[in-house]
Amino acid sequence: MEAARISLSSGRWFRFVGAHAVLLIGAAFMLLPFLWMLLTAIRAPDEILTGGLNPIPRSFHAVENFTAAMQQAPLLRFMVNGVIICAGILVIQLLVAIPAAYALAKLRFPGRGLLFAAVIGGLCIPIQVPALPIYLALAEFGLLDSYFAMMVPFFLSVFAIFLFRQTFRGFPDEILQAARVDGLGEFEILWRIVVPSALPAIAAFSIFSIVAHWNDLYWPMIVIQRMDYAPPPLGMLFFANSETGASYGVLMAGATIITAPLVLVFLLARRRFVQGITMTGIK
Amino acid sequence: MTALSLGAPDGRLLRLAWPGRDGIAGALFVLPATLLLLAIILAPLLCLLVLSLTDYEIGALQIRWLGLGNFEKALSDPVFRRAMGNTLFYVALVLPGGVLLGLLVALLVHGRTRSRAFYEVAYFLPVTATLIAMAAVWQFLLHPKLGPVNGLLRAVGFPETAFISEPSLLIPTLAVIGLWNLIGFNMILFLAGLTAIPRDLYDAAEIDGAGGPIDRFLTVTWPQLAPTTMFVAVTTSITAFKVFDTVAVLTRGRDGSEVLLYAIYLEGFQYFKIGYSAALTVIFLAFMLAFSVFQAFQLDRRVHY
Repeated sequence: MEAARISLSSGRWFRFVGAHAVLLIGAAFMLLPFLWMLLTAIRAPDEILTGGLNPIPRSFHAVENFTAAMQQAPLLRFMVNGVIICAGILVIQLLVAIPAAYALAKLRFPGRGLLFAAVIGGLCIPIQVPALPIYLALAEFGLLDSYFAMMVPFFLSVFAIFLFRQTFRGFPDEILQAARVDGLGEFEILWRIVVPSALPAIAAFSIFSIVAHWNDLYWPMIVIQRMDYAPPPLGMLFFANSETGASYGVLMAGATIITAPLVLVFLLARRRFVQGITMTGIK
Repeated sequence: MTALSLGAPDGRLLRLAWPGRDGIAGALFVLPATLLLLAIILAPLLCLLVLSLTDYEIGALQIRWLGLGNFEKALSDPVFRRAMGNTLFYVALVLPGGVLLGLLVALLVHGRTRSRAFYEVAYFLPVTATLIAMAAVWQFLLHPKLGPVNGLLRAVGFPETAFISEPSLLIPTLAVIGLWNLIGFNMILFLAGLTAIPRDLYDAAEIDGAGGPIDRFLTVTWPQLAPTTMFVAVTTSITAFKVFDTVAVLTRGRDGSEVLLYAIYLEGFQYFKIGYSAALTVIFLAFMLAFSVFQAFQLDRRVHY
């Protein structure tokens, strides 16, 4: 019996060490690009050009690299653009999707089944599919190179409708009936009673939406030619292309600035962030 | 539905159906969504299908009807065939890798208590980072002369490797970056699935003699995770099919690294061959739909064995 206990605990110990060994190797693979980006962003050009593996920079060159990055491209401008686009898209997505989801979940109206089928079908259609016709229409009306052009294809999120419908379905019908008896209209019931109860789902979708549109390159690359309107990914592409003389320190400083906002939000609101992905991933 | 009842002259009750309060509110609530659905999904989709049958180019004076000509052209176009092959190769690398590694990491992280938060952050960080910026970082990491990856290879005695310009290494390199970007997302999905497995199933399995970790995994965890695995497999394949960002930064389609979306982008938005690009988009859509239907079907059989 004594021997059995020892072999059990040594088996556990072995599993413990094995799991940590595998996880640590994986974590190193995940984190080293970030670490090397930061280290290169504060390294002097001559040291980068030696291509060494020395992790600690010999001289501190951060101020020069970050200043050069800010001068080479309007990085702050890109981020302001990103905030405007993400906020605009999110607000309209919520205003459009929440009533539609509520109607699909709790109200009877003609065409409900058809609309829900269209929503499910829409889930399978990424932006790349309607991109060409929407681009042609925007070009026709002279709307290219604008915030509107960057936002308009995303005003409707069928995913938000689908997610909120799932959430609203769980809301007790008795409370809705009681509110109707009290004389509340559907509009008030929705915004005063149902929406507050669904805030976790709304927060989760908001995080999902912001991350998706902050990082989107495909659509801005199509409709934006002028750098003034570029969101961070497109700005980064301009920046990486304009970058001359292989000054990787400056490029890494720029990459650090571009990546920082979402990474910081993630680190500060980790639980919400992960919850957002989980809720949007599993019904 | 409410019904308005009126006494009719012949004594029967005439019932007039009326949408009622519910119906009017419902119709108003879905109006904006319905209009947007028509304007930014359905009408463009219809338009795309029509365009794909024409030779429309921006600036062209007349449009000719080609029927399936664009699709025939695509099948014999070496650039498109290479793009298709590369995309499928990329999916073939990222799909199993993303699912298995995501599952492995989730299983290992799930058993941790004090270190769980650290590992979650470490693996999830690449999901939050802007891929374009990080692709520029990867470009530097993989630089033949200046990058630390080759520095490490040289230190261990391997020859210098040009990951981003050697054609045979391009897609595998892009796949490694794709996996780096994706594993944390899949891990979180699998962790949610693992948390949802009732504890008593493990107790029951133990009573039935499935006590070891591998037995427990095969009899409880894997079957219970089947719906999660299906979902992860579908999202992973769709993400992989849409590979674009890393190509745009690292190669811009050079050296035989064309992928489907980049080909569509070039034909449509750089060369303005709208009809041809629309046809390629239709092919892209067909593949994505086929993928999710096929996988749902395949995995569904395993769920209900």
